Amino acid sequence: MNSQALKRGACAIVGVAESDLGEVAAGLSPLDLMGQATSRALRDCGLSLRDVDGVFATTSQSRMPTLALCEYLGIAPRYHDGTNIGGCSFMSMVAHAQLAIQAGLCEVALIAYGSTQRSAGRSNVAAPDVNPYEAPYRPIYTASSYALAASRHMHQYGTTREQLAQVAVAARQWALLNPVAWEKTPLTVDEVLGARMLSHPLTVRDCCLVTDGGGALIVTSAARAATLRKPPAYILGVGEHLSHYHITSMPDLTVTGAAQSGAAAYAMAGLGPRDIDAVQVYDAFTITTLLFLEDLGFCPKGEGGRFVADGAIAPGGSLPVNTNGGGLSYCHPGMYGVFVLMEAVRQVRGEAGRRQVAGCETAIAHGNGGTLSSQSTVILGGAATV
Amino acid sequence: MDSRTSASAAPASPLAIFRDHLSRGELAYQYDPASGRPVFHPRVIGPGTGNDDLQWRVSTGKGTIHAVTVISPRGEAPYNVVLVDMDEGFRLMSRVEGLAPEEVRIGLRVRMQVHQPQDGQPPYPVFRPEAA
Repeated sequence: MNSQALKRGACAIVGVAESDLGEVAAGLSPLDLMGQATSRALRDCGLSLRDVDGVFATTSQSRMPTLALCEYLGIAPRYHDGTNIGGCSFMSMVAHAQLAIQAGLCEVALIAYGSTQRSAGRSNVAAPDVNPYEAPYRPIYTASSYALAASRHMHQYGTTREQLAQVAVAARQWALLNPVAWEKTPLTVDEVLGARMLSHPLTVRDCCLVTDGGGALIVTSAARAATLRKPPAYILGVGEHLSHYHITSMPDLTVTGAAQSGAAAYAMAGLGPRDIDAVQVYDAFTITTLLFLEDLGFCPKGEGGRFVADGAIAPGGSLPVNTNGGGLSYCHPGMYGVFVLMEAVRQVRGEAGRRQVAGCETAIAHGNGGTLSSQSTVILGGAATV
Repeated sequence: MDSRTSASAAPASPLAIFRDHLSRGELAYQYDPASGRPVFHPRVIGPGTGNDDLQWRVSTGKGTIHAVTVISPRGEAPYNVVLVDMDEGFRLMSRVEGLAPEEVRIGLRVRMQVHQPQDGQPPYPVFRPEAA
């Protein structure tokens, strides 16, 4: 995506909602959850299904998710997109939706996701592509890829397991402020370190949750947004970068494409890391939070571990990060990016309740897909920023 | 080659050629003259160049551990998964044998040997410490 094709502030996210989360009622399908989230997101902004003329859907549980959702909703949109680059697909869909809206191909875009991976069993819904050059070694998909990256970060920069654990502890502290978070009890560094080792150096507490859940976003033009119920979260900047698919082909295990996607988003927004009030990054694993804090410029490369060690990203710290509790403690149905965007919107609107960042005018929503493979960044701002 | 196969059809898949080398005890990789770089995983055109005339080469089998993880499945012995940087400049996923999994360290020098599964599955490369 060439962000020069997009105009800063020309579109906004105007409606957001989760479906049921956690472990949903037996028999609910991914499409049911998309439907729930769609209905709630439309209600959030005061639009109806009849207003939707662009549909963007993805899930790992359907081969043709946009087609399936259009049938389910009973609409034949003017514009559609089924991008699947993993958990950051939704950030890219925001960019693609803005492009379509600017071009006049649609006016009200629905971005939707649904997953029942907890109910259905993760191995049934998230099977990796067969790769004969890697499968014989039985890496855990995707945890072992992130563990390999973590091993490199620890080797090169002296990052410790305790520092990684601090990321999980901070996420849990934020989750305790979020009424819909899956996790309800505090977590300590020792509990993270002592949890079942999954793929060294990552214990199960260094890994995202396995929950059900869906989400939906409504994107429209700034002009239409001004007529709706809630304060618009203007799209100030977007950026995308694809660097590899398999971890074996990652150019540098300690540097992600967030460096490129973030730079593009900052350039379009005319903002830098110091201008961001709330930071939402896809925390598939504790190591990913460190990598994205570094690559998005919130601390120098290699310093992520030391940056988080003293509670800097926990409630009350110097930088509010993953204020919903993140994929580590709030929810993680498999492709988590839509929830990252949702929290960024809520912070910019000032409706995040006990976890609200005071005076939040700007938020960054950074998504990750595959095995650190795809990176997409969206910067949102309130009325004062446009 | 039968009449349904065009003259430009690949005579064998990259995977079949890779495994054929393994059956002879060799770790094969590709080299792209257009970029001057090794290519792995094997494929039919060069990444970044589109060159459809990649050369096959045989590695010396020597490399260095670049990254390591140890997987601890429930009710099963832990095992390691590594990324190995071969001396020829390509990287592959593998495992180190002949060493306790937690002793596999980044920087360890290793040498390839072919693992032939007992269950009839295709051979694949594994590594042992170079000194052993």
